Amino acid sequence: MKIVVLVKQVPDTAADKRLDPDTLAVDRGAVDGLINEMDEFAVEEALQLVEKHGGEVTVVSMGPDDATDAYKKALQMGADKAVFLSDPALAGSDALATSEALAKVLGTLEYDLVILGSEASDARTSLVPALLAERLGLPQLTFASKVEVDGSAIRVNRLTDYGHDVVEAALPAVVSVVEKINEPRYPSFKGIMAAKKKPVEALDLAGLGLDAGSVGWAGSRSKVLDATVAPPRAKGTIVTDEGNGGSELVGFLASKKFV
Amino acid sequence: MDAIRRALLPTEEAQALFELTEELGREELAPRAAAAEAAAEFPRDVFRLIGRSGLLGLPYDEEYGGGSQPYAVYLQVVEELARHWLAVGLGVSVHTLSCHALAEYGTDKQRKYWLPDMIGGEQLGAYCLSEPEHGSDAANLTTRAAADGDEYVIDGTKAWITHGGQADFYTVLARTGEPGARGISAFLVDSAAAGLSAAEPEHKMGMRSSTTSQMVFEGVRVPAERQIGELGQGFEIAMRALDCGRLGIAACAVGVAQAALDTATAYAKQREQFGKPIIRHEAVGFLLADMAARTEVGRAAYLAAARLRDLGLPFARQAAIAKLHCTDAAMQTTIDAVQVLGGAGYTTDFPVERYLREAKVLQIVEGTNQIQRRVIAKALERG
Repeated sequence: MKIVVLVKQVPDTAADKRLDPDTLAVDRGAVDGLINEMDEFAVEEALQLVEKHGGEVTVVSMGPDDATDAYKKALQMGADKAVFLSDPALAGSDALATSEALAKVLGTLEYDLVILGSEASDARTSLVPALLAERLGLPQLTFASKVEVDGSAIRVNRLTDYGHDVVEAALPAVVSVVEKINEPRYPSFKGIMAAKKKPVEALDLAGLGLDAGSVGWAGSRSKVLDATVAPPRAKGTIVTDEGNGGSELVGFLASKKFV
Repeated sequence: MDAIRRALLPTEEAQALFELTEELGREELAPRAAAAEAAAEFPRDVFRLIGRSGLLGLPYDEEYGGGSQPYAVYLQVVEELARHWLAVGLGVSVHTLSCHALAEYGTDKQRKYWLPDMIGGEQLGAYCLSEPEHGSDAANLTTRAAADGDEYVIDGTKAWITHGGQADFYTVLARTGEPGARGISAFLVDSAAAGLSAAEPEHKMGMRSSTTSQMVFEGVRVPAERQIGELGQGFEIAMRALDCGRLGIAACAVGVAQAALDTATAYAKQREQFGKPIIRHEAVGFLLADMAARTEVGRAAYLAAARLRDLGLPFARQAAIAKLHCTDAAMQTTIDAVQVLGGAGYTTDFPVERYLREAKVLQIVEGTNQIQRRVIAKALERG
């Protein structure tokens, strides 16, 4: 089976992030970029499915010119090839615009299954999987904690607040995965060396035949109007027990409406 | 990876390898090191994981499944592993050492037959040179390998064997001929060989998660095709391997020193006395400065030796200098790290007391530092 995995390069979650004061978007140049953690689970799931059923894994990524670490990591883990969409006009794309561009890329590829992480650690909207499925006219199976493929059918456990639902669909389909689904492998040194020889197709908007007005700042419907730095966290209250510690604590909890 | 490290790694490939090592160290080694040390638990699964990642055959030929990496890169990987967990960094060095005889002195046929499995990641090796009565004086070892038809029969006891009882294969130096250095030969012994057993592991002051034990050979029959190199060439093979092993220990020492320096620096920036962080008190700041200087000089020393080796030039003297400097530097740096942390440093709540105990062993293994000085002095005399 042919699987496409979508991966995004995000700022290191451990680093201090800041917004670019002009665009109010995350300043991606200021911190190290790496593969969105949840996308590693998507790559792992694709690799496991291909190990079981045969086929190939194509990784697709979109981002600034230097945002190559994410798809490289996927190739190092074992994906067969990559498609990298990069164009200055893509900067500022919101989830809607991103899904438009990615749907267009997917239109150039053959696939039975599209897998991606449930959310990216930078914006955390969890919108792209559903938007993409809608644009492609494919069934969406989101928040998957288990994936099984049987012939032309796919069944997933869809994580919910109360447990999971079992959701089935016919292939091709779009699946978003959660961290519970597997344990992503580390690349091996051989995988790292082999990755450098794997084919990477570079695309821009012109090559894709996509109008610059439909993506980027121009094509995005969500706008950030204002942003302020979060105030430093206030110090906690320390209650010294002088015989009245219990009532002090209850008073505190009551003031927060916990009791 | 900081800019200095990037500059020390010659290729993009080596940088990617180092990043992988960093990730493995941070995610898989660091969280487990303290508990495994306290419990003296050998982390066989960690070696399997890093083996599958390709870290157990880095300096050996790609043709046999190795990584074809120069020593200057391989050693930085060892350093990075040791920074997170000495037992693992040192284990990689010992494993690499145990593959050395076959890789460098084996015939093509022997190499093709055994080397891919040995360096492929699933197996772990051990190196049997020392004996209870012959440590530094290895040329007079007494373990015998007696020819019997197309086999050798090995009898004797080997001591201080890292991975003793855990390893899948043992590179063994045993006497096949006359007394002295010329009567020794090298053998590759399978751990399943009948008559081979491990004694109870030693109870050590540090590096407790790395198993060290005596290996007892009682009539162990080894097919002649497992004899490596020429008959009587064993001592030369052992010494050449030790030159490489010394570089591994030097890299381990720099890793431990770096870990101690990092812990002490972070503490000194945060701990305040007399109204300011203690790093701003000259007495502490200078202590840290000396620790940093010793550690970085150590790294430069092992890399200088490694570059000679990578160019195919003699490097024994530089290896001895690197081993001597780096391990003495690690000892002093870990002692100083405990001092910087004060009372806290003497407790097991912080890792620096462990680093101190770990550094000590590095002044002893792969040739005591007194032996290193002897090697250097002899080289100076020869000119």
